[in-house]
Amino acid sequence: MSGVQVPQTPVLEVEDLRVRFQRRGEPATLAVDGVSFAVAPGETVGLVGESGCGKSVTSLATMGLLPKRGVQVSGSVRLDGQELLGAGDRTLRRLRGKDMAMVFQDPLSSLNPTVTIGVQVTEVLAAHRGMKGDAARTEAVDLLDRVGIPDPRRRLGEYPHQLSGGMRQRALIAMALACSPRLLIADEPTTALDVTIQAQILELLRDLVQGSGTALVMITHDLGVVAGLCDRVHVMYAGRIIETAERRDLFARPRHPYTGGLLHSVPRLDSGRGTPLTPIRGSARDTIPWAQGCAFAPRCDVAEDDCLVEVSGSEVELVPDGGTRELRCRHPLTPATQTAGAPS
Amino acid sequence: MSAPTAAPAAAPGGRRREKIDELAARAGALSAGAGGESLFRSAVRRLRRDPVAIIGAVIVVVFLVVAILAPFLAPRDPYAQTLLSEVRQGSIPGAREGFPLGVDQLGRDVLSRLIVGSRQSLVIGVVSTVLGAAVGMVLGILAGGLGGRVDTIVMRFVDILLSIPGLLMAISVSVLLGANQLSLMIAIAVTQVPVFARLLRGSMLVQRDSDYALAARALGVKRRKIVLGHVLPNSLSPVIVQATLSLATAIIEAAALSFLGLGDPDISRPEWGAMLASAQSVLSVRPELAVYPALCIIVVALGFTLLGESLREALDPKFRR
Repeated sequence: MSGVQVPQTPVLEVEDLRVRFQRRGEPATLAVDGVSFAVAPGETVGLVGESGCGKSVTSLATMGLLPKRGVQVSGSVRLDGQELLGAGDRTLRRLRGKDMAMVFQDPLSSLNPTVTIGVQVTEVLAAHRGMKGDAARTEAVDLLDRVGIPDPRRRLGEYPHQLSGGMRQRALIAMALACSPRLLIADEPTTALDVTIQAQILELLRDLVQGSGTALVMITHDLGVVAGLCDRVHVMYAGRIIETAERRDLFARPRHPYTGGLLHSVPRLDSGRGTPLTPIRGSARDTIPWAQGCAFAPRCDVAEDDCLVEVSGSEVELVPDGGTRELRCRHPLTPATQTAGAPS
Repeated sequence: MSAPTAAPAAAPGGRRREKIDELAARAGALSAGAGGESLFRSAVRRLRRDPVAIIGAVIVVVFLVVAILAPFLAPRDPYAQTLLSEVRQGSIPGAREGFPLGVDQLGRDVLSRLIVGSRQSLVIGVVSTVLGAAVGMVLGILAGGLGGRVDTIVMRFVDILLSIPGLLMAISVSVLLGANQLSLMIAIAVTQVPVFARLLRGSMLVQRDSDYALAARALGVKRRKIVLGHVLPNSLSPVIVQATLSLATAIIEAAALSFLGLGDPDISRPEWGAMLASAQSVLSVRPELAVYPALCIIVVALGFTLLGESLREALDPKFRR
C-alpha cells in the first residue's frame, strides 16, 4: 500500500483522451485535451484540479457515461486491455457495475428517493450476479454490513432520506463494490459530507479497495483527500495533466507553480490569526488555449514570455522530471520557492 | 455513527456517565420510534394542515358518499312523475312538504334526481379520467423513456390532438361513436390524453438527467429498468395531481356533452347536464331548476380542483410553505 511502484499490468490505461463538446452555433469546447494515465491493481491515483479542469469529464468518458449527442471522444481507454471507447452499449453496460464502478459526489441525489435502499442494492446484484429474492437480500445485508452500516437488515427497508449523509454514501459504496470491480472511480465522494464523516468514508474506501486489489481513481479538489489516500497524483489544469508525481514527492516538492499555489492556498491552523489566505490569482476562466501557450500563464506569478507559443515557437509539453515525475512547465518551482511559501 | 467507547471512569464520574448513557439510550429509542416518514406520508401530513385541502376533501368525500349511497339517500323515486297533475303551462309547483327542492316540469322530485344523478357524474368522471390517464401515460412513457425518433413521432401526434379544442374534440368523437354512455366517456378521455402524455414526458425528461439515473447507469442497470423502476416513479406526482384536476374537467365536460344531447340516449335517466338542458325550456317559470344542477356541477368540480391544487403543493417540495 506504500507509494513504491511495483510494475504490474495496469487495470486502467487512458491514452491521449480527448473530449470535445460541440453545441450548435457555438465554438467547440475541449474539456479533456490529451490526458494519459494508468492505474495498477491496488493502486490509488488522484486526479486533482479546480472545477472545470476536466477531471469529472475524464471519469465519465472512462465509464462511457457521456451523452452521445454533441460529444466527441477520442483516444484510448482500456480496462484490463479491453478497449472501451467505441465499445457497444451492451458491452459497456455489462462492464459497468461489474468490472468498473463509480461513486458520485452527492449521495442524496445519487439515490432514487422513491425506492428503498434494499431494492437499489439488490438491483445491482440482479443485473450482474443474477441473484434474486432471499439470496439477493442476504447478500445485500452482507454488503451493507461490510461498509459499516449498523442494523443493515432494517436499513434495507428504508428510503434514502431516512439515512444520514454518511450512511447514504456508504450504501452507494456498497452498491459500487457489490461485484468486486477491478476499477472504482470516486468522483469527489466526500465533498457533500461533514469533515468527520469524510474521514470515515476515506478510511472505508482505503480498507475496501486497497485490500481487494481494486484500482481506485480518486477525483477531487481536496488536497487533504489526496494526502490521506492517493499513491500517485495527477494535477489537471484546463483539460490537461500539468504535473504527475508520487504523493510524497508532490507534497514535499511541488514543481508546477499551479500545484504550489494549490498547496499554499490550503488554510493552515498554525499560520496564526489574521494571516491572509493565499489564493491563486484569478479564476479558472482566465486561461489561454494550450495551442497559444501555457493555459495557467495568465494566473502564474513566475510566468515569462517564453511560456507563450509565439515566443518559444512550441507548445509546453509534459516531460519527464526525474524519477517517476512528469511536468508541463518551463519555469518550475525550485527548492527555494517551494519552501518560501506562495510565490508572491 | 459509532457509540462512544469511553473507558468507564472512576467511581464519582462513573455515576454521572450512567446518567448520560441512560439519556442517550432514551433519545435513541425516541428517534428510532419516530423514524423517517415516506414521501407519501409527509404529503398527507401537510395536506391535513391545509384548510383548502380539507374543504376540497370534504366536498369530494360528501360527493362520493352521496353517489355511492344514492338509492338509499334519495327520498323518492327519481323517475316517478308524482306531481304531474299539478304541472301546468307556465306554472310548476315549488318546494313543499316532501319535495324540498320542488319538482321538474314532468313532476319528478328534483332532490332525488340530483342525488341519483351524482352517480352518472362520478362514473363518467372516473372512467374517462382513468382511461385518458392510462393512454396518455403509455404515450408519455414511450416518448420520455425511449426518446429520439419515437419521442418526435409521439409528441407530434399529441400536438395534433392538443391543437383541437377539447370540447370540439369531445363532440366530434361522441358524434362519431354515437350518442351513448360509453362514447361519452371515450370522447372525454380523448381530450385528456394529450395533457397526461405531455406532462409525463416532460417530467420523465427531467428525471432522466438526474444523478440517480446516472448512478444507476454507472452500475450497469438496464435501460428498461432505469426508465420503469427509477425514472417513472419519480415522475408520477404531477400526473397524480393532474388526474385530480382532470376529474373536475371531466365532470364539467360530461355535463356539457349531455346538455348538448350527446349523453345517455335515455333522457329520463337523471344526469346533471341533462337536467340543466331540460330546465332551459322552463327557465322563466322556475329558474331554480337550472340553478340546482349547475350548483352541483360547480361545487363538485371546485372540490376536486381544490384538492388537486393542494395535492400539488403537498407533493411538490418547491411549493412547500
